Amino acid sequence: MSAALPARDLQLDTTGRLKHFLTIEGLRRELLERIMDTAESFSSVTEQTVKKVPLLRGKTVVNLFFETSTRTRTTFELAAKRLSADVLNVNIATSATSKGESLLDTIRNIEAMHVDMFVVRHAESGAAHFIARHVAPHVSVINAGDGRHAHPTQAMLDMFTIRKLKGGFENLTVAIVGDILHSRVARSEIHALNILGAKEVRVIGPRTLLPAAVESLGVVTCHDLDEGLEAVDVVIMLRLQKERMSGAFIPSEHEYFARFGLTGKRLSRARPDAIVMHPGPVNRGVEIDSEVADGHRSVILQQVTHGIAIRMAIMSMAMRPDREGQSGDRLA
Amino acid sequence: MSERILVKGGRVIDPASGLDGLHDLYLAEGRVVALDVPPDGFTADFEVGARGKIVCPGFIDLCARLREPGHEHKATIAGESRAVAAAGITTLCCPPDTDPVIDTPAVANLIREKAQLTGTLRVLPIGALTRGLQGRDLSEMSALRSAGCLAVGNAHAPLANTLVLRRALEYAASYDLLVVIRPEDPHLADRGCAHEGPVSTRMGLPGIPETAETVAVAQVLALMEHTGARVHFAQISSGRAVRMIAKAQADGIPVSADVAAHQLHLTETDIEGFDALCHVRPPLRGRADREILREALRDGVIAAICSDHQPHEPGAKLDAFPATAPGMASLQTLLPLALQLADEGVLTLSRALAALTSGPAAVLGLELGALRPGAPADICIFDPEECWTVGEDTWLSDGRNTPFWKKTVTGRVTHTFFSGRLAFGH
Repeated sequence: MSAALPARDLQLDTTGRLKHFLTIEGLRRELLERIMDTAESFSSVTEQTVKKVPLLRGKTVVNLFFETSTRTRTTFELAAKRLSADVLNVNIATSATSKGESLLDTIRNIEAMHVDMFVVRHAESGAAHFIARHVAPHVSVINAGDGRHAHPTQAMLDMFTIRKLKGGFENLTVAIVGDILHSRVARSEIHALNILGAKEVRVIGPRTLLPAAVESLGVVTCHDLDEGLEAVDVVIMLRLQKERMSGAFIPSEHEYFARFGLTGKRLSRARPDAIVMHPGPVNRGVEIDSEVADGHRSVILQQVTHGIAIRMAIMSMAMRPDREGQSGDRLA
Repeated sequence: MSERILVKGGRVIDPASGLDGLHDLYLAEGRVVALDVPPDGFTADFEVGARGKIVCPGFIDLCARLREPGHEHKATIAGESRAVAAAGITTLCCPPDTDPVIDTPAVANLIREKAQLTGTLRVLPIGALTRGLQGRDLSEMSALRSAGCLAVGNAHAPLANTLVLRRALEYAASYDLLVVIRPEDPHLADRGCAHEGPVSTRMGLPGIPETAETVAVAQVLALMEHTGARVHFAQISSGRAVRMIAKAQADGIPVSADVAAHQLHLTETDIEGFDALCHVRPPLRGRADREILREALRDGVIAAICSDHQPHEPGAKLDAFPATAPGMASLQTLLPLALQLADEGVLTLSRALAALTSGPAAVLGLELGALRPGAPADICIFDPEECWTVGEDTWLSDGRNTPFWKKTVTGRVTHTFFSGRLAFGH
């Protein structure tokens, strides 16, 4: 009955090619695999002395961050530069919209500078969809995190990391631990893991931090970390924001760590070869013990490295082909 | 001076009296004068052929915002009056959240006078329950009553605490003012913008739980028994709240309720794709809620369907979903959405029309919404079969924020008479 296009139609063109990258939801397994395959081919680039390929030469990528970020913005910037694009960082938290300019006006103004791609982070769910719906047809939008909704490039780099270390998804049990309610990363990861065929996705946290009807996303819920870690292959820890205490979500960091903090002892309930992931930034002693964060099972820094290759893959696949027919995903 | 009019050969449905059949209707001096048999010496100044059409009392809309004073960039009374008439509405209540709010007789009078100038509709301003809608100090309800406010309410603004609610109910009861409450606990609703459930979870939208409504309803019902106030719950959205209201009614508590037309059709899944046109407050809820709302309308637990018309300037809907203004423009879709319920067999046609006429009249204690001789000649004539497309050529509201834009709907008003004068003719 409603007029808005479903995400699927907004993200893919009529041939099924990536047009925008807004959410994992509704994408096909082959496309997710292709993103990871493409990232694989870029991994070697990032290890060369000359870390550049000319795929996006002459293209302008704008990092439009309405919320502060270090890691995500930096890896997007590096990824764009390694693809030879020109990169412009616009930090809107200190820019026009705080002077009363509307989101749409901001987009139209920057778009008028002949940009080819927006990488957008915004505090409101649906912001990337809104922008994708209003940009000119030649402009692509990559969602770098919108509210609680989605952070699809983070989910893809996590999938890439899991695939590299575990070989595949079919037999995997994955636990996502912590503040699922407010986490866009968790939502995107749950979609990705289900699409890629993981055996079981568990979400673990106190009831206050699990969203309503979370089972409908295709997960099993658990309110006890010791029980939830039983025989898992991958543990994904989420960051606990300080403001959750004042919102009456949890009583204290101390109690949270006592019940949901990942310690070496707790991790021993997981499979012996289980890996520990965290999208960062890590709150040591709140959701994870330093010993585990820096331990041999932790792949947190590899995630960051993989972020560059994954973002190169997604940007190259989503870039609209230009008049010379320079197809964005010709590596694929 | 208004004219003498003969409405000839239509199917006259007057839910208040149970009348439903082919009749001629005679109007003179702004009033209904006779059915079938013309009064002595009646000569019509003009005739309206109503064959194949339905003739019923003009609609009474318990909640429509015309945005004046203070939000003229969204709409004006004069501008919206055309859409009101085209919707078959002759009487409407406007909530007090204008700017300045309706907490003084001056504002109430201003609104009524502007409406009178249009000559096509009766606006009944709902007075503010608290001064400035701040939720703390009581408004001068007695003065508002003298200025013609039949009801008081706090629109979407919360009250500071339950003591203010108790005092407000007590004070309103002293002047026999109906208290209109849009039940929503502000803390449970928090900064939500969508029904808390599988869809909001998937879309990562902050949810408004059903309990935001049920907790507020429970509080008010308990205080009603204590204070003897008359309360009308506006725009009920959840099945559980309906059940609580039904039980209170069965216990003899003087409580009534309405529902917004869109809540009877759209559900939480309509916000998929972050469709800001479906961002409304209370939020679109689940299918089960919708079924209970429909049942409650059938059983009479819910007395009225309102438009909950909220016209916006285009920019209000151009942002990320949570940042957009809630509400849809909905005057002209009111009748088609009500008729669709009859078409789907949810309600009889007479019951659907009662929810637009005698039902809301009873809520307000008005001698309107009926075709008895002597009643004001507020008449709506519509073609129940005519399909029309919501769009540029047909839509008269300044607010185009409707999810039904470009959609084809069935049931079109052909004539609206307000106090015996033609307010709209298609």
